[in-house]
Amino acid sequence: MAPENKLDKSKMVVVEGSYAVAHAVKTCRPNVISAYPITPQTHIVEDLSQFMADGEIPNCEYINVESEFSALSALVGSSAAGARCYSATTSQGLELMHEVLFNVSGMRLPVVMTIVNRAVSAPISIWNDQQDSISQRDTGWIQLYAENIQEISDMTAQAYKISEDKDILMPAMTCMDGFILSHVYEPVVLLEQDLTDEFLPAYEPERILDPKNPLSFGAFADPNYYAEFRYLQEQAMQKALKKIEDVANEFYDIYGRYYGGLIDEYRTDDADIIIMAMGSIVGTIKDLIDKLRDRNVKVGLLKVRAFRPFPAEAIKEVIKDSKVIVTLDKNISLGLNEGALCTETKSVLYNSDIRVPVIGYMIGHGGRDIKVDTIEKIVDDAEEVIKTGIRIESQFADLKEELL
Amino acid sequence: MKILPGGACEAGTTRVNKTGGWRTFKPVYDYDKCIKCKLCELLCPDMAVNPRDDGYFEFDYDYCKGCGICANECPKSAIEMVLEEK
Amino acid sequence: MKNLFDSGHRGCAGCCDAMAAKFTLMGAGEDSIVINPTGCLEVMTTPFPETSWNVPWIHSLFENAAAVGAGVEAALKSLGKENTKVVVMGGDGATLDIGMRSISGTFERGHDLTYVCIDNEAYMNTGVQRSGATPYNASTTTSPSGKVSFGNPRPKKNMPAIMAAHGAPYVATTSIGFPKDMIKKVAKATEIEGPTYVHAHAPCTTGWGFDTSKTVEVAKMAVQTGLWPLYEMEDGEVTKVRKIGKNVKPVEDYLKMQRRFKHLFTMEGGEEEIAKIQAIADKNIEDFGL
Repeated sequence: MAPENKLDKSKMVVVEGSYAVAHAVKTCRPNVISAYPITPQTHIVEDLSQFMADGEIPNCEYINVESEFSALSALVGSSAAGARCYSATTSQGLELMHEVLFNVSGMRLPVVMTIVNRAVSAPISIWNDQQDSISQRDTGWIQLYAENIQEISDMTAQAYKISEDKDILMPAMTCMDGFILSHVYEPVVLLEQDLTDEFLPAYEPERILDPKNPLSFGAFADPNYYAEFRYLQEQAMQKALKKIEDVANEFYDIYGRYYGGLIDEYRTDDADIIIMAMGSIVGTIKDLIDKLRDRNVKVGLLKVRAFRPFPAEAIKEVIKDSKVIVTLDKNISLGLNEGALCTETKSVLYNSDIRVPVIGYMIGHGGRDIKVDTIEKIVDDAEEVIKTGIRIESQFADLKEELL
Repeated sequence: MKILPGGACEAGTTRVNKTGGWRTFKPVYDYDKCIKCKLCELLCPDMAVNPRDDGYFEFDYDYCKGCGICANECPKSAIEMVLEEK
Repeated sequence: MKNLFDSGHRGCAGCCDAMAAKFTLMGAGEDSIVINPTGCLEVMTTPFPETSWNVPWIHSLFENAAAVGAGVEAALKSLGKENTKVVVMGGDGATLDIGMRSISGTFERGHDLTYVCIDNEAYMNTGVQRSGATPYNASTTTSPSGKVSFGNPRPKKNMPAIMAAHGAPYVATTSIGFPKDMIKKVAKATEIEGPTYVHAHAPCTTGWGFDTSKTVEVAKMAVQTGLWPLYEMEDGEVTKVRKIGKNVKPVEDYLKMQRRFKHLFTMEGGEEEIAKIQAIADKNIEDFGL
């Protein structure tokens, strides 16, 4: 049974999501922040810049780089030199970082970066979906997705604790839906400095760039070694599965707040229909579930917090007794006609004894508003699947047929 | 050997790779001509010229690749490149 | 004293990069952190699990060494280790071409580091392809001479001028043919606060086509012809020049040492082309008062 979230109302303030994240970063005591402005991430870096200008982040350097490519590249150097590092980006900026993402992970540098999820060009769009970070799934970064402003704020400290663990040493993306979370004002408890100092130990890596012990980092590996490097990264990802859970629990012990570990569940116990989703859409789904439950529709929600590492066992445990799984994806793998959650959920079930049909919907692309009605219709479809089996395995929701 | 996280390498470890085997010609000093100007030591791309206690130098044939820069640049022609006999 | 750059590396016999790395570290000293983009120097010195470096060293990618250097510098500052020098050593491709954005940003922001460009005038690690530093009429594998081509159709990009235009407090050109000049300039660059740039001309035995024993001789000849002027710029002004004077050599003496210019001596019209290269040298001699 998941711990109950205890929000201290007396501590709550109404702030913009971006400010909550910037404040969380500040309390994590970073040594180097390196970032390039891009909508809708800008407010985070502006708020951090203001903190710097006001002298509120001690022992920290802020690098105003000339591109996202350099934003993350600079952090390769900073992290290797022993600094706790932070960046934030989105969409085009994240795609520009693609090459560096692999590099940071391969060099096992525990950089934490907030991704303010946004659609990718073309056509150019500043609005939200999750194609940007999902497209980076194979780069060796831990990916966590937040449901609301409180969670993305708190997730920042959790991400450092996971990434910097000596058994893990993998970089992490904390993902928040652009505008929907970044530009919305909500009452939140800003990450508490005293509690964060208790929760998050100082970053003390064993091996850094140091003239007293001159090691070389970033050597080339010939075929005798390369595969083992990849294996060790995968091993670290597998260890992160437990660490993500542990850290969520440790966070709860200290702060009293909890949003799930690898996953979270909502009314799944006796559910025939389980909706799987990531990010801010989760809130909408919860509201709908309450409404449908009143009409005796046995529907529940499986919120995926960790997309990398992919929580296969946790997912299987939740869905094993259900009758149909519905995945909602704000992304698509073009040429497969499926979103990532759909594909990966099916893949973890294939060699198991669990025989639950999975249907997928691609939804909310490029900032298309996700209406409760749309999800309700999807639940209707799911009920049909229980009765008659799958007719359409994966499809776009809410297409405007008149434009096609 | 175990791969450390990220693959950090200990300093100076290419010394296990004895590049002397690449050589076709080997440099040999004529100490009668040498004026201890240190140019050979300075220019050697393989750090294969070592100082001796008497101020002269000697080649480290474990690493000398036989490029011949030292012989070409020696102001006193005190280094001769001779065919390596293997 | 232990060499900060060690033996056993896989550089070719007579390698210019190895000499440049050695001289750079002789100038910078042991309290330095080296950043190296992808290229010959990186590949030949760090085949996992070995390294030729006796200073802390990091390689990230091809086009980002200056940014990585900026990050190292920022980290040292935030961690209170400002005394350690940050030295980036990149080839001409990594510097003039693919790394241009990164080095421009790093210099504009004023990071306290020294960038040493080791210029062997082509992409040697991938097999001698043309770069923005390849000189006029050099034959490379992607700018080969042929029936209707004299090779690379463009002169070298003037990188030192670009770096000076960034407001760098110190910009210098040097050559591995003049080790003491190079060591001195790197030492000076690393002592000056702010982003400093040293551009070292480095003849490549394999890529340029000359005997392994001639690396230094070719390098010296580039300077003596006026094709590679040695000078220092402080705060944008040329403050020191290495004079050639009466010892000036015709460019032909330099060109004929190298396979990459061989076609200029066999093709019809080659003479006119050599004259154009002589004009480049003459202009350098005039501009810098060599």
